[in-house]
Amino acid sequence: MDYRDSPEEAAFRQRLKIWLSQRSREFPSADGDAYWAGQAAWHRALHAAGFFGLSWPKEYGGHELPPVYDVILDEELARAGARPRPSLGYLVQGLGRHGREELRRRFLPPMIDGSERWCQGFSEPGAGSDLASLTTTAVRDGDEYVVRGHKIWTSYSDVADWCLLLARTDAGAPRHRGLSAFVISMHQPEIEQRPLTMINGVTTEFGQVLFDGARVPTAQMVGAPGEGWALAMTIVAHEREPAELGFTARYGKLVRDLVARSARSAPAAPAAGRPPSADLIWAYVQTEMLYTHVRRRLSERLDGVAHGPEGSLDKLLMTETEQAVGHAVLAEAGTGDPELLSAYLYSRAQSVMGGTAQIQKNIIAARILRLGAS
Amino acid sequence: MDARLSAEQRELRAAAAKLADDLGPHSVLDLSDDTRVARLEKAIAATGWRTLRSDGAGGVEVAIVAEEFARGLVDVPFLGPVLADGLQPSPEPTTIAAPGGPHPSPEPTTIAVDARGISRVLMLTGNSVQAAQVGDAVTGVDLTRVTAEVAGPWQPVAEISPEQAQRWRALALVVTCADLLGAARGAHALACDYAKVRAQYGHLIGSYQAVSHPLAEGLALIEGTVSILRHAAWAVDEAAPDDAIHAATLAKVYCARAARTICETSIQVHGGIGNTWDCLAHVYLRRALAATELFPVRLEEIDCGLS
Repeated sequence: MDYRDSPEEAAFRQRLKIWLSQRSREFPSADGDAYWAGQAAWHRALHAAGFFGLSWPKEYGGHELPPVYDVILDEELARAGARPRPSLGYLVQGLGRHGREELRRRFLPPMIDGSERWCQGFSEPGAGSDLASLTTTAVRDGDEYVVRGHKIWTSYSDVADWCLLLARTDAGAPRHRGLSAFVISMHQPEIEQRPLTMINGVTTEFGQVLFDGARVPTAQMVGAPGEGWALAMTIVAHEREPAELGFTARYGKLVRDLVARSARSAPAAPAAGRPPSADLIWAYVQTEMLYTHVRRRLSERLDGVAHGPEGSLDKLLMTETEQAVGHAVLAEAGTGDPELLSAYLYSRAQSVMGGTAQIQKNIIAARILRLGAS
Repeated sequence: MDARLSAEQRELRAAAAKLADDLGPHSVLDLSDDTRVARLEKAIAATGWRTLRSDGAGGVEVAIVAEEFARGLVDVPFLGPVLADGLQPSPEPTTIAAPGGPHPSPEPTTIAVDARGISRVLMLTGNSVQAAQVGDAVTGVDLTRVTAEVAGPWQPVAEISPEQAQRWRALALVVTCADLLGAARGAHALACDYAKVRAQYGHLIGSYQAVSHPLAEGLALIEGTVSILRHAAWAVDEAAPDDAIHAATLAKVYCARAARTICETSIQVHGGIGNTWDCLAHVYLRRALAATELFPVRLEEIDCGLS
């Protein structure tokens, strides 16, 4: 056990620090719509400099480094005040594990280098937690499938070139078995975008997507007909791990900004600063916990530990942390600062996106604690 | 960077867990079984784990044993002797003293902790190690450990370096964190076992989300506790002394909150039975409360830093 950097890790960190000191100002950290607008350029710049896709296969544009390098990347991005890295790990895992070699070779490199952008079409208005009840259909027509249905909570759908789509291909099969996954082009007139305005005013993160006769070649089915549920489970399991997301470092940065803010704003004794609120200190403790947790989880992957339901534990810890940071924002800044208020409001989504906190608890109770059906 | 336990550390955990499972109390009645306590004492004395520090073991190893002993409610001394050994090795059974005592107390006082069958006690003041004798037992919240008055006067017996003193203080915090984690794990397992046998409305209570969700939250808290404690235990010996203290204070705040929540959940899951003396849930809670108060850290003491 050694939490310090190995010589190789230290050299990587140093290289990254230098690059960030020179380049990260071109991609200012931002909230709300400005953040989403700049994310594609940031992704391409990170990849071009060799700092993205660190643990993914070289043949698809990754670097095949141990997973702990992602921790170093996240830490240094946060320290530099830079944007978090784009979160794509779940898509890479989903396509990498379930897609045929031709699909992987065609789609993974541009996904990883940021030249093609992706969204994920899973949730529907009538199929949220109960994903297997989805009703979007894909009907075979010669060499193509024809897609009709309504997807929602589709992040970046307005800028995506491709969508990893889950649709029903066999209405007669038991509901989990009748689903298939596709890589479908978002550039077709039969696809309509409707943005969703979130409670913090952001309009470009989540969208609704309506498919009305959109077409996808049969060769772009991921896996075999009826194997869509297996892919969906791979994706949601990976989506739930804080290690897959650059978010952890974002919380740390927000906490540091709040501490600095508290030290500055001491009306009575400006020199001494105001002591941080209990909510802020607790958010700091939780953030530090999450750092150590991500480090432990990623270290465990050196043993090739398969991540199944344990991701739900990580997701709950991440949610607790983000929402504690949200409460620290309120304690420190009230509602007066629009950017901070937006961060607080956004934190409420963390216990819903990627599977609600209640669904995570059902998974933990049934599959880890074996408490019986929930 | 590698946060995994080594093969030796995993073996140590398995050995400590087995000893605790074999000879620790399995009921409140077992707590007063002197024959069992004597066998447990003999078995633990034979392991040599009370002198882990003077044998060169790190904070991680000490934390592993402390955690498994708390999980199994081991009711003979370990925490006290292993910390005393970390201050000044001695052939005579020795424990440590810490600020505390009966409340309200007319003046600040120290009590000997984890003192069952032990007559000598050490305390660190500044960089000075002082020794005294263990006095009469006093009532404490923890049913698995004996606390006692200190029969003065304190005599200086050794001077350690400022760095050694810092590292010892970090170790002391880490050992209490490990005690909290072990107690939380024990209480959580007790509640999960109960939820799989207790039925109401024709179903096992574990099948109800009102019961299973707090237990799932408890497991998440345990995982967070494992992570923050492991880093702090490593830092005792490997990080700069100030960083070791910082990591340990963070861990203490997190572990204490998590353990209390988990122990309270365990009592709640047990329903009426959980509120009776004969249910082990309160024994875990009491152990957790005692570990929280031993070298306590208040939230306001945390340095959020700007580094």
